[in-house]
Amino acid sequence: MKTWLKVVAVILLFYVHLAGMLGDVPRLHILNETIRALYFHVPMWFGMCALFLVSVYHSVIYLRNPTVDTDRKAVEYANVGLVFGILGMLTGMLWANYAWGSPWHGDPKQNGAAIALLVYMAYFVLRGSLENQEQKARLSAVYNIFAFAAMIPLIFIIPRMTSSMHPGSGGNPGFNMYDLDNRMRLIFYPAVIAWILVGVWIASQRIRYRKIQDQLSDLEYEKSI
Amino acid sequence: MKRVSKLVCLFLTLIVSQTAIAQDAEMADGMRASGKIYVVVGIILIVLIGLVVYLFMTDKKLSKLEEQLNRTSKPKGV
Repeated sequence: MKTWLKVVAVILLFYVHLAGMLGDVPRLHILNETIRALYFHVPMWFGMCALFLVSVYHSVIYLRNPTVDTDRKAVEYANVGLVFGILGMLTGMLWANYAWGSPWHGDPKQNGAAIALLVYMAYFVLRGSLENQEQKARLSAVYNIFAFAAMIPLIFIIPRMTSSMHPGSGGNPGFNMYDLDNRMRLIFYPAVIAWILVGVWIASQRIRYRKIQDQLSDLEYEKSI
Repeated sequence: MKRVSKLVCLFLTLIVSQTAIAQDAEMADGMRASGKIYVVVGIILIVLIGLVVYLFMTDKKLSKLEEQLNRTSKPKGV
């Protein structure tokens, strides 16, 4: 990852943390100041979707042209995406406890996101259960495409077909809550960009780490011969 | 003149009632007024700075390891 992108991510993060806490927000009942959680909770999910998208892209590339490099990328982007998803779930539960009354409300979007996370956890179970490197890479690449295809309806389609307490649900595809306030958009979108960049940054570190690991085990293998 | 002042009065009452409705929801105005919110902002900024420094340090460590690996594996012709 280019250094200037990292600097952009850091600057945006500082802006989001400062403006997110001190900027003006709509005065709404029940939500009160917790409306600011939007700047930190929702970008986790946007980050997760972006990272899973990059992961499935590398899985498709792997199936067309199998290399160890693309397999490494597919795994690590999915890994960081899962971390973002877990953080999104935890922040959402804390927010729901105060905005909706309990941490788990059986909200369609909440249930769908939980199922999507479980589907992605199975990806790592699948990888861990196979010994052969090539088989592991190929099977998990196929599974990754299935997991991504399952995530889209679970998070974006099903919650909109029923009534959900998340904004933009219940037949309305728009982000109607954000539409109320342009001041919040000015902080929300930079937050999304910043967290996606941070996700890519961490993934790039893990890819490099995995590459070093692979090279070391190759060296050891050569020595043993 | 009377009409103008009437209009002004109407306008003012409108503004006042509007802000009264808007100010109805309970927000952390008191906390900001007494300056305590800046403590929270400071705390989350410390966490953020720590996280960013840690990420850059990990970057450096990885670069060093990659260099080391390249040096040790090159003489063998790998």
